[in-house]
Amino acid sequence: MVEFTLPANSKIKKGITHPRSEGADKAKPFKIYRWDPDSGENPRTDIYELDLDRCGPMVLDALIKIKNEIDPTLTFRRSCREGICGSCAMNIDGTNTLACTKPIEDVKGTVKIYPLPHMPVVKDLVPDLTHFYAQYASIKPWLQSKTPAPPDRERLQSKDERARLDGLYECILCACCSTSCPSYWWNSDRYLGPAILLQAYRWIVDSRDEATGDRLDELIDPFRLYRCHTIMNCSKTCPKSLNPGKAIAEIKKLIMARR
Amino acid sequence: MKGLRTPLGRAIGLGPAKEGIGHWWWQRVTSVALIPLSLWFVFSVASLVGAEYQTVLDWMRSPVIAALLIMFVISFFYHLQLGIQVVIEDYIHTEWLKIASSLTLNFVAAFLALVSVILVLRVALGG
Repeated sequence: MVEFTLPANSKIKKGITHPRSEGADKAKPFKIYRWDPDSGENPRTDIYELDLDRCGPMVLDALIKIKNEIDPTLTFRRSCREGICGSCAMNIDGTNTLACTKPIEDVKGTVKIYPLPHMPVVKDLVPDLTHFYAQYASIKPWLQSKTPAPPDRERLQSKDERARLDGLYECILCACCSTSCPSYWWNSDRYLGPAILLQAYRWIVDSRDEATGDRLDELIDPFRLYRCHTIMNCSKTCPKSLNPGKAIAEIKKLIMARR
Repeated sequence: MKGLRTPLGRAIGLGPAKEGIGHWWWQRVTSVALIPLSLWFVFSVASLVGAEYQTVLDWMRSPVIAALLIMFVISFFYHLQLGIQVVIEDYIHTEWLKIASSLTLNFVAAFLALVSVILVLRVALGG
């Protein structure tokens, strides 16, 4: 059966409350998931209190401040700090989002930060995305065409054809949507999940691609595609305001259309 | 441990089953059919509450009513089977239990549908 409760060695214990920095009038508490694979201990949640007057506006700014000034062992991924790399995807205040584009002031009370749900954890806020990336590779996310490219210029698209990629090409593969999806939680071994299906659709509707039929063939499966039950957590949580749920519905419509 | 298979090999698994459209399509067809059929069924039965036995019999013996009743029970049990099938596939990950549950579901749904159809026919054909 599906495991609805955490296994014993994953139960989260109460952690350390780090002392508030001196003269912090506007102290904001941050409760953060910590787990160190080398310690052999259960995960815990540590509490840090920050002076918001001396901290940048985003949750990522707070994490960096904690790492620099309070606890250098805190581990998380980050890179671009402007919502384009997808590295700092995590669960903040109960919703998957990017720490770099999530304002601290949007969260009332304690800012609770956990790694992306239902993924193996490498350490602290770093999830293991190996399978997610392998699923991405499995849909062949590149242009496939039998017609050779024109020798003197790029493959052309009309403005309308290009417009069909809007709302799809912006996906940064941060995995917020897939890890918010209950179908992906229970069956990610076979279900591709919203992010990968949105990416698959991005190539299916690309007017320059000539493998459309093969791409659809690869998706026709009770698990790969049809595990989507339109729960729509994906579209609700997407930090880029994209709509993976709609992309999946469009794939299903195309499969019906060619019957 | 998961062994030394590559992540891509694991993601591809056994490849696509190349089916699933039928399930998805019929789940939608039956749900659309059940909207008018259920409303009609509930209102009809409600309006027959307290009616004479003969009135109900005459109502069920109309070919149109009998046909609608059969369509209703078939859509109902087919939709029920499709829906619970998904729940089983979603949540039961023990292979033998999954197969056993699916088989039980299919038998029970088919049996109940058949019994309902026979009962409607018996009344309608005056058996």
